[in-house]
Amino acid sequence: MYTMGIDIGSASSKVVILKDGNDIVAGEVIQFGTGSSGPQRALEAAFEKSGLSFADMTKVVATGYGRFSVEQADKQISEISCHAKGIHFMVPTARTIIDIGGQDAKAIKLDKRGTVSQFFMNDKCAAGTGRFLEVMSRVLEVPLDQMAEYDSRATEVVSVSSTCTVFAESEVISHLSNEIPKENIIAGVHASVASKACGLAYRTGLEEDIVMSGGVAQNAGVVRAISRELQKNVIVAPNPQIIGALGAALFAYDEAMKAQ
Amino acid sequence: MSELEGMTAKQKLAYYQEKMYQDALDGKAKGELVCWSSSIAPCEFCEVMGIHMIYPENHAAAVGAKHGALAMIELAERRGYSLDICSYARINLAYMDLLVEEAKTGVTPKELEECPGPRIPLPDVIITCNNICNTLLKWYENLAVELNIPYIIIDVPYVHHWPIPEYTKEYIADQFEYAIKQLEDLCGKPFDRQKFIEVQEQCQRSVNAWDRAMGMACTVPSPLNGFDMFNFMALIVCARAKYAAEDTFNTLADELEAKAARGEDAFKGGEKFRIAWEGIACWPYLSHTYKSLKSLGCNMVGSTYPGAWSIHYTVGNMKEMGAGYCKMYSNTCLDHKVDVISDVLTSTSSTGITYHLNRSCKLMSFLNVETAEIVKERTGVPYVSFDGDQTDPRNFSPAQFDTRVQALAEIMEQNKK
Repeated sequence: MYTMGIDIGSASSKVVILKDGNDIVAGEVIQFGTGSSGPQRALEAAFEKSGLSFADMTKVVATGYGRFSVEQADKQISEISCHAKGIHFMVPTARTIIDIGGQDAKAIKLDKRGTVSQFFMNDKCAAGTGRFLEVMSRVLEVPLDQMAEYDSRATEVVSVSSTCTVFAESEVISHLSNEIPKENIIAGVHASVASKACGLAYRTGLEEDIVMSGGVAQNAGVVRAISRELQKNVIVAPNPQIIGALGAALFAYDEAMKAQ
Repeated sequence: MSELEGMTAKQKLAYYQEKMYQDALDGKAKGELVCWSSSIAPCEFCEVMGIHMIYPENHAAAVGAKHGALAMIELAERRGYSLDICSYARINLAYMDLLVEEAKTGVTPKELEECPGPRIPLPDVIITCNNICNTLLKWYENLAVELNIPYIIIDVPYVHHWPIPEYTKEYIADQFEYAIKQLEDLCGKPFDRQKFIEVQEQCQRSVNAWDRAMGMACTVPSPLNGFDMFNFMALIVCARAKYAAEDTFNTLADELEAKAARGEDAFKGGEKFRIAWEGIACWPYLSHTYKSLKSLGCNMVGSTYPGAWSIHYTVGNMKEMGAGYCKMYSNTCLDHKVDVISDVLTSTSSTGITYHLNRSCKLMSFLNVETAEIVKERTGVPYVSFDGDQTDPRNFSPAQFDTRVQALAEIMEQNKK
């Protein structure tokens, strides 16, 4: 039996196809989100990889910002529950999730069953999210996927304290004009993201294991900064960007089993 | 009163609201006095003196619900009011400016003409009570200074420790007497103490009818949905001292009791979850928030709002009346606020709660982070917070609201298992 999870975020689209609620036969990510060609391209990529089609899917669950735009979905489930489900599947010992996506940052507290007991999300502000990193990457002329490497060479963490993305951008420009090395500024940018995410995480009570998911978890610089801030070990979920879609596919499997 | 016969509560609500605004406009034209009052200031004194009452917060909410807020807010901001100021204040201050411009030029400004909220007359006197916030003090002072009219303040001390101390009650009762003196001077006639008793009696009957209607939300499943509660609130604010409120709320209670007796609920059998809503409504998104919750089967049955106007006192007892206007939870310590919200959750059998982090209302919102955690610890009821604003439509994201309440519904579902 095949089930599908589709996670349409603000910045990327993710599709997971699951066999018998256990084997990931496709886990595809396209870096374009809701309202773009991203969802369709992610679906096409998943079908191409698996050699399957919608007709083979017993159930489909959609999640993420664009979850209501998926016509083929049998059900929509919030990304909070999907991330919890996906992380519990990948790392059953996880009790705290820090998920940073394109425009959302969230901290989720899990119980032993892997269900959500409390969650906290960022307010209506892009600071501390993937979008913040994108803006800084552009200003610094350092591609997103190279920021972690720059961070690893930093000799100092420069303060980027503004809570507003636009003001923080000005702060970074000011650091650049003062000829502060990009490595140190990037470490400061990562510390800024970490500080916002940890503000949410502290409210969960911080029970270990602490696991990170979402696109930003692929940036080792941010992970290091979070670990440093929390003074705790932080595990990065395998393939962290597809966790929401994986959770959705697992919920789809539960739905399929209920229907039988 | 024959035209009211057979009217539903909803029809009465519309009828009385329109009548009160019209009476104020007509009265103003005849030279009668009009007062602009904060929403939980004592209405009893002006009622005795025959002064028409207009409530700017209520009016701003109506402008917001009818999607007219942004035009007023932008006007206020163009005139230099910061976007950090309460959006009710910005709407009202802009509206006042437009009324003044109209009065001076004889030409109705375009923004006033197009404003979808009810028309209101300019005031002759201002009354404020700082029991709900202190922004009111400067907002209403601004009105009084700009219009050069008397400004009556009832200063209610913050209740740091529950219960309300005796000296606080005495302090407020003394201010009531001073307010009466100010009104006597303004109106040039003595305050009728016998009529005052009658007005107080009417207020108590209105409040009892309000409690009776709002109490129906405790029935499981509930015949009342909380968004109707938000709508009916207009009359407990504006007409507490009038028969209109008593009449409407008793009709509403009768309708709800009949509905409950027939086994009907507000969602026609679709009440899956019962939740509470802490904070002011997002008026420009009333429909969106209602539909979003309804699609999840969430009936909002709990709110601290109804209790705010449940102002009981022994008629003739000024100190008790003072305590009645002092007890709003936003004017009391965190412990009492937690008690009030926990009681709402228990009495309405709510299994979830949403906290509105209202950009306009710092007083209610800043405490919510702490409040939410203590209430959760005490009751075990899960919560979500969302960003919003009572009337500034720019401060609310429908998609973010939807995600948060859907996750809450999922947690409530999982807690059922």
